[in-house]
Formats: sequence, C-alpha cells, structure tokens
Amino acid sequence: MTLDRSQRQIHLAAHFPGVNNTTVWTDPTAGSQIDFSSFEYFARNAERGLFDYFFLAEGLRLREHRGQIHDLDVLGRPNTLAILAALAAVTDHIGLVGTLSTTFNEPFELARQLGTLDHLSGGRAGWNAVTSSDSFHGANFRRGGYLDHADRYTRASEFAELSKRLWASWQDDAIVADAETGVFLDERGVSRVRHDSRLFEIDALFDVPSSPQGRPVIVQAGDSADGRDFATAHADVIFSLHTEFADAQEFYRDVKGRLAAHGRDEESLKILPAATFVLGDTLEEAQERSREIALAQVRPETAITYLEQVWNRDFSGYDADGPLPDVEPDTGPESAQGFANRHAAVRARISKLREVATAENLSIRDLIIRLTANHTFVGTPEFVAAEVDRYVQERATDGFTVVGHLTPHGLDEFTERVIPLLQERGSYRESYEEGATLRDLLGLPPVRTGAPVAVGG
Amino acid sequence: MTERVHLAVALDGAGWHPAAWREEGARPRDLTSPRYWRELVGAADEAGVAFATLEDALSLGERGSDTAEPRADRVRGRLDAVLLASYLGPVTRRIGLVPTVTTTHPEPFHLATGLQTLDHASHGRAGARIVAGSSAAERANFGRRTDGPSGLPASGRVEDDPAWTAAFREAGEVVDAIRALADSWEDDAIIRDLETGRFLDRERVHNIEFAGEFFSITGASIVPRSPQGPPLITALAHQSIPYRFAAEHADVVFITPADVAATAGILSEIAAAADDVRTDSERLRVFVDLLVLVEDSTDAANAAWARLEERDPLTTDARIVIGTADAVVEELRGFAATGVDGIRLRPARLPADLVAITDLVVPLATQAGILHDDNGAPTLRERLGLPLRASRYARQEVSA
Repeated sequence: MTLDRSQRQIHLAAHFPGVNNTTVWTDPTAGSQIDFSSFEYFARNAERGLFDYFFLAEGLRLREHRGQIHDLDVLGRPNTLAILAALAAVTDHIGLVGTLSTTFNEPFELARQLGTLDHLSGGRAGWNAVTSSDSFHGANFRRGGYLDHADRYTRASEFAELSKRLWASWQDDAIVADAETGVFLDERGVSRVRHDSRLFEIDALFDVPSSPQGRPVIVQAGDSADGRDFATAHADVIFSLHTEFADAQEFYRDVKGRLAAHGRDEESLKILPAATFVLGDTLEEAQERSREIALAQVRPETAITYLEQVWNRDFSGYDADGPLPDVEPDTGPESAQGFANRHAAVRARISKLREVATAENLSIRDLIIRLTANHTFVGTPEFVAAEVDRYVQERATDGFTVVGHLTPHGLDEFTERVIPLLQERGSYRESYEEGATLRDLLGLPPVRTGAPVAVGG
Repeated sequence: MTERVHLAVALDGAGWHPAAWREEGARPRDLTSPRYWRELVGAADEAGVAFATLEDALSLGERGSDTAEPRADRVRGRLDAVLLASYLGPVTRRIGLVPTVTTTHPEPFHLATGLQTLDHASHGRAGARIVAGSSAAERANFGRRTDGPSGLPASGRVEDDPAWTAAFREAGEVVDAIRALADSWEDDAIIRDLETGRFLDRERVHNIEFAGEFFSITGASIVPRSPQGPPLITALAHQSIPYRFAAEHADVVFITPADVAATAGILSEIAAAADDVRTDSERLRVFVDLLVLVEDSTDAANAAWARLEERDPLTTDARIVIGTADAVVEELRGFAATGVDGIRLRPARLPADLVAITDLVVPLATQAGILHDDNGAPTLRERLGLPLRASRYARQEVSA
C-alpha cells in the first residue's frame, strides 16, 4: 500500500492487566500476575504487534475494603522500575513506560532511575507521572500523607521541571575519556542544578550521563484543569479516559489547542486514551463474548463490594441481580471536620447511580457492568480496525492504550487479528525502525541535550 | 584437607583503581552501556562466581570523597545499581546479583519492593549490599534532610560521631523493613478459589505495622512473596560499630584484613559482636575482600601497578594482591585456611582483571580444591548454604 502523506499514523500502548475487577483471574487461561514470565510474554507479544510501548501501572499499597485487604480481584504487582529494567533485557524495540508518583519519590533519585532505564533499554524509557497525596498510601512512606491537595500539582510540576533539568545537565559529549591526557570528564559538560522553593531545596550534580533519548518520555493521565495544564507544559503523551468519539474530539481540540502557548505543535503531544476491545467473527458473536467477559469481570460479589465501597455499609445480604439498596450511606458524623464535603459527594454519587439504574432498569450487577465493564470496541476485527483508524484520522485521538482482560494473553488476539488490518489501512507501522527510540516511535520531536530547559509555569 | 570458600566479585565502573580507565583494554565510554555490564557479569556467571556486588552512590563523586566536583580526571557517571541488577536478572543463569543500596534517602518501601522484584526476575538470586549514612553531596542532591555525618570523625571511629551511630541505626531499620515486607505475603497467599470467588486469602497477607525511630510503614508489600523471601543482606565493615551492625542485621559481612594474620582478630571481634547482638540463629557468613591485579608474570603485574599508581595513586581499605593468577590462588588458599566463608575479589581493572579471575584464577583455584562446587541450589541463599525460611507470619499461624 502506498503511503498517503496526509494519513495520520496510529500509536498504540500495551497496558499490562491491572489489579482491579476488569482483569479476569477466573478464566482457565489466566496466568500469574507476578512471575517474570508473564511480563516477558506480554511485552514480547506487544513487540510482535509493533506497539509503541509496554505500560505498567504502579502499586503503592494493597487495596483495602472496609478495613481489610481486598480479596476478590487480582492483587500484587512488581516494583515498576525494577520490572521495566528486567524487561529491557528481553525486548529490543518496544518502549517501557511505568507509573511513578511525584509525591512518594524525590527528583534526583527518580531522574537517575529513569536515566538508568533509558541507558539499559537503549532509549526506550518512559514515565507516567502521577500525583497522590492521601494518607492511606502515604502510610507506607517516609513522607506520609503530608501533601495538601492544592500542592499536588505544584509539586508535580516542579518535580517534572527539575527532572528535565537534571537530564539536561549532562552534555552529550561530556565524557571525553582521553587516556593520553588523563581527562575523563569535560567539567563544562556537567552543570549544577539548583532549585530553591517551598517544596524543594536542591543543589545537585547529576550522576547519570546523558541517555539515548536525552530525556525519557513523560506521560500524564490527569484530566482536571490542573492536569491539562501540567500535560501541555511537560508531557509527551496523555493517557486520557475520553473514548466516546465526540467527547474525545472535544478533549483533543482543547488540549492540543493549549500547546501553542507553550511553543509546541500538535505532534509534540500524543493522546492515547485507555481502550478495551472484544473481537468476534460476527458482531453478534463479539457482543456475546463481550457479555460473557463482562459477567466474569463483574461477579455478583464484585458488584456488591462495589456498592459497599460507595455506601460504606455491609450489603452481604443483598442480591446482585436485584435493585439498588434503598438505604442511606454511612458517611460518618456530619458535624466532624472535613466530613461535610465527603458526605455531599457520596450522596451525589449515589443519586447518579440511582438515576442510571432507574432510567435503564438495571440490576445491581448490570449497573456495575455498565460502569466498569463497558468495552470500548466490540465487533469484528475489521470493525475494530476501522474504528481505531477513524478516531485517529478524525483527530479524536492519536491512538490508544489498549487494555486486555487476561494476564498474560490479553493482547494476543489484538496483535494477531487487528494489527494486520491497521497495517493494510496504511495507518500503522510495518516494522520497527532499527535503533529507534521511544521518542522516535511516538513521532515526537527530539530533545536536544544540554540545551537549557524552559522554566515552566 | 583444604578449607573451601565461596568466590564473589565486586564490580565498579572501570575497576577499583582510579586510573584503570586509562588502561589499554579499558572501555571508559561504555561504563553506562548495558552490553558492558552484561558481558562482565555474564562472564562471572559462566565461570561459576557465586555472586557479584555492584557499587553505587547517590552522588557524582565517590562515596565520602570531599573533592570539589565535577572532577575531570576520574570516572564519573554511573547507573542505578538495583535497576542494573534487575536488567541482569533475566540474562544471567546462576550468579547472585547484589546491588549497593543506600539507606538514608530512598524510601524503604521502594527499596524493599525493588529487591523483591529483582528476586522474582532472577528466580531467587537477589541480594543487597547495605550502606549506612550519607555524604554532604548526597544530601544536597536530595535536599530533604540536612542531618547526617560529615566524613569520619577525627578519631576515625564512627562510634565517636552521633550522626554516624544514628545512620547505622537507620540502616538497621531499613533492613528490618525490607525483611518484614518480603515476609508480608505468605507463600500460599494467592489461592484463586473459584468456589468463594476469592483471589487471595487475606489472612495470609499481613500489614507490617512497622514503626521505627526514623520512619514507619503500615501496609503489606505490593509484591507477592518472591523465591527467596528476604534477599541476601550483606555489608562491608571495618570497625566495631559496623561489625555490630553486620552481626545484628546481615547474612554476609565483607571484611578487610591487612593480611592472613590479621584475620583471626577480626573474626573474634565479629564473633563477640554476634554474641552480643545477633538474634538470627543462622551464623553470620564472613567474606574477605581482596583488591587484585593479575598479569602473566610478576614483573608485568608490578609494572602495570606502577603505571596505575603513577597516574593516580589508590587509597583503599582492602589488601592488595598484585601478581600472577597462581599468586592470587595462594592468597585464596591462605585466607581459606583462616576459616572464612568466602573471598570477594575487587578487580583493579575492568574488564582485564575480571577476565583473569574468570579464565585463570577460578579454574586454578577449583583444581586446587579451594572453591566450593556449585551445589545447584536454585536460590542465592541456598547456594551459600543459608536456609530458605517460611514467612515469619506463617510461623505464628502454625502455633496458633
């Protein structure tokens, strides 16, 4: 097929199945969520499918339900950076991206870890920067749950800016290694990074030489106004939640429209929302499979547990195939400091749930399926490929972060049946270019190392 | 009968001599390339070396160096050791991977889950070399804490500096937390019970509720139990507080006797420390550190050493062995006879002296019956003769 120059290229990320109910462990083919072989299989399959990157979310504390460790869903995952480093050894081309918190890390350390990953992978490292401030996760860290909500994005923004400055602080040619003269390092090639603010007081000499990408790819998921500002200032990729077509187009226009103010063009930021898919030889077969998978993703006990989390009450006596409980939530004493807002939020949430359930006459289980197991693309491989292509050509997204429901085989079918059709359409790569970095795969502008980094915000 | 020892290697940049990067055969431009490390550690693995330690520091200069940085004449720039070890996990077979872990700045929770993940990715070959304290340069890089030691006190003894004794207490807490988190999931916590719809048995996953002097950690690890459970904990020690630290917290201690004769004194000091503070029923294993430079002849070795020293004289804590592979084997024999458990060799030059170790020293020492055969045990702990243990929480449950 001849390449149509006006044709936009699709970018895909492969999301390793997570630790919530959408990952089905009851299927006989479901494998280990922690054995290295599962990660190796998943990443290599994604590499066969020529995906832009492998993506792994982060765990900082095991989920709890009503004061006890949650036991219905897959639980337990690896340290993000360590597993990505291990995967660098068994893959050759695919990007390696993981979620890492700006709250429970420090810039110098995280920048050296990501710089290390970029060296180890030959330029394939990426960082999904997230913020967090709650005391539940904080209880596992020196920092604790200390961060005011308002400071989350301030810290994240300063963190990202500091990381960029640390990565840029080594010139590409700083290492001279001249055995004759005895000069290893050109001291002018390494500059000090100083930063003095309310949140960071740093006077650093970075210790990881300039890595193949200059700086790892930065991904960002936040959707709030603060999140969009952060993304347009710092991110290379947005991992959004907008998959409904018109909504996705609106998000695309809004975010890409903000780039010019930062001196960036449309291609310098890619939008890759999370998407699920179910394939069938016919639409009917795909819909049937989608229903079966949804029922496995939302078992009766999953649905009841979901409601218990919202209501903060014991609903073990309720039937998941029956209507929503007609009781008030337990939101704690309303008079207590800080509880009034929470109380209102929970009530608003419940009233929304009731509204949807009533309008569509849904049982508890079907309501939760509707909320958590509503698959993005359901149909024949031809239909799914056409839809993915349409989203990209019509500027609703630049591609997708594809989430499978099984470990480690979740993306096998997509790789085997959908990818070739995307290639036939001329919108997807036929091979990896030798030596391409993740930045190259994503079609992002190169980073000049050693160049001064613009101070954001 | 000759006493047998385990053999380990300590890897750092272009080697332990500061002028090593200028040697012919050095690869000073490859020190952060994955291929360089894969070849070095791969060679040690093939030769049957029991484990490799990987140096690290959270500053541009060497640990404890107070020279103004950046300095031009020394190797500068490195990779994070825990991540380097993780990278090496899937592409090595038998060798233990023991990265240096700095305990003052990093989050203990991240250190613990990183080491557990290394243990998963290497199928049970994870260790850690624990380093206490921080330098002024490290503190400036992090900018989070101003407390900490500034070099050694005038006496040279860390017990004379409250900042150092605090640093060792903190390092001890980090080890405690690493082990507790490694134990927090029992072996059989994941049940995948279709009958009840439960993925795991929450009675077999334990919040560690760790509350120390320096930090606290409430939850269980996010990482399910790895093949070894707690990784092999090692520490380098030269004097009484570090000996006590190792006796209390480590599985393996690296010591630096000036010669064979000085070893007995150190061993008895460690034994006394262990009597005082060790609660682990398993004996602390002792490895002697030797810095080695190997050439085909004694003259060639001396000439190489003289060339290095002229360029940039070495300051070191370890005994230096300069000579032929046979001379190194004689050193091994001498230290083996003192009853230590192992020898850790620090190659002066990389890759040259590591190649000499793998190609010459190991075969000769094996022939001479000085080295333990690889017992084929799947994990690093078992390979060194240390038992695998059930989670501490499992023990409690059995008695309940």
